[in-house]
Amino acid sequence: MWREIWLICRKDLTVERRARVTLIQIVPTVLLILVVFAFAFDANPSLLGAGAGGLFWVAVLFGTVLGAKRSFDIEAEGGNLDALRLGGLSPAAILWGKAAALAIQMAAVALCTAAGLVVLFSVTVSDWLLLVTAAVCGTAAFSICGCLYGAMTVGLRSADTLLPLLLIPVAAPVLLAGTRAFDVALGTSADQGWSWTALLAVVLVTYVAVGWAAAGPLLEDA
Amino acid sequence: MALLDRFPALAGVDLSVESGEMVCLRGPNGAGKTTLLRACAGLVPVRGSRAEVLGYDVVADRRSVRRHIGMLGHRAPLYRDLRVDDQLRHCAALHRASDAEASTAAERFSLDGRLMEVAIRRLSEGQQRRVALACLTIARPQLWLLDEPHAGLDCASRDALDDLLGDAVAAGATVMFATHETGRARVAAARQVTLAGGRVSADPGVGSSDDVA
Repeated sequence: MWREIWLICRKDLTVERRARVTLIQIVPTVLLILVVFAFAFDANPSLLGAGAGGLFWVAVLFGTVLGAKRSFDIEAEGGNLDALRLGGLSPAAILWGKAAALAIQMAAVALCTAAGLVVLFSVTVSDWLLLVTAAVCGTAAFSICGCLYGAMTVGLRSADTLLPLLLIPVAAPVLLAGTRAFDVALGTSADQGWSWTALLAVVLVTYVAVGWAAAGPLLEDA
Repeated sequence: MALLDRFPALAGVDLSVESGEMVCLRGPNGAGKTTLLRACAGLVPVRGSRAEVLGYDVVADRRSVRRHIGMLGHRAPLYRDLRVDDQLRHCAALHRASDAEASTAAERFSLDGRLMEVAIRRLSEGQQRRVALACLTIARPQLWLLDEPHAGLDCASRDALDDLLGDAVAAGATVMFATHETGRARVAAARQVTLAGGRVSADPGVGSSDDVA
């Protein structure tokens, strides 16, 4: 099983290394979202600083939508998903391999987004451990959720619009808990940051459980 | 009966193929050739009938048979952003084949030198087809299911494909392919089965020959 997951993850990362879609298309889009918000808030530093946590997660969520769509587009093209099935791969291995690759790519997107926040919004971090833990849990949760809905919509003509419509509402708990945890880590709130991070971890475990249960039905008949 | 969504694309196919046999499926567009190939590969659900492929009951469990199948559809199942060598390496890892086997498969379809470092999306349709056939060779399937395998190939590649299928049959594998190219089909295939409207309309039977070469 681990070998199969690694096989899919390595293949997806090789595709990214050759095409550089995350680097050339997704990261600039995500940074553009930050710039647009800066314009929308009239470059008000206190307002932007207060909303930086939420902006980070909104930007990463949109990056995940693009990444998940791309991840399953390459499988739909030319019947690659069928070729993986005929290779004897289990649906779970395909899902987790793709989720792992997407999580690595989204980690890069999250890093660039954080750098963008520091440069554009002049945010300062008061609790690095909380920030990194929340970012890891949230990015992983987004990636798993993205792959689940990517698998559900793969090959559909309406996938372009259906994927964000399905993914964004389900990812809302991550957006909420991640924003609260980031507010504490960035020193803009005195809330219980670790409680929100614990909630993120619970959501992540829930997505993992749903992924195990749904991988077969989703990828068997996709 | 094989279902495409809820549409019964095949109804009334009674076909028995021996191992080591080469079968050519013929018939007009929409006759059910592609669906029959996909049903044999366990990629399309079969309901309300009996279907056994390589000893596996594909009505009850269509997953188990898949690892023994090699299939090439209308479009080559390739990752367009990968280079040719990346794709072959991925196929070798997927089917637990050695690097030597991958190299041999690549040589068989003249995939060598600079071509190995070219992104698949930059290749012509015929070259992409050759990469897909090399991947199929790496997979060493027991049952080869090919949909219009000669389409887009040049003469040398067509001959290489016919040799490959001949070798596969000689090694005990079974080959089923769908084609509209009557001449090529008659040279390559020993038994020709005609489908029409989701049914077998003509079948000379197991082991029959129609050599016109």
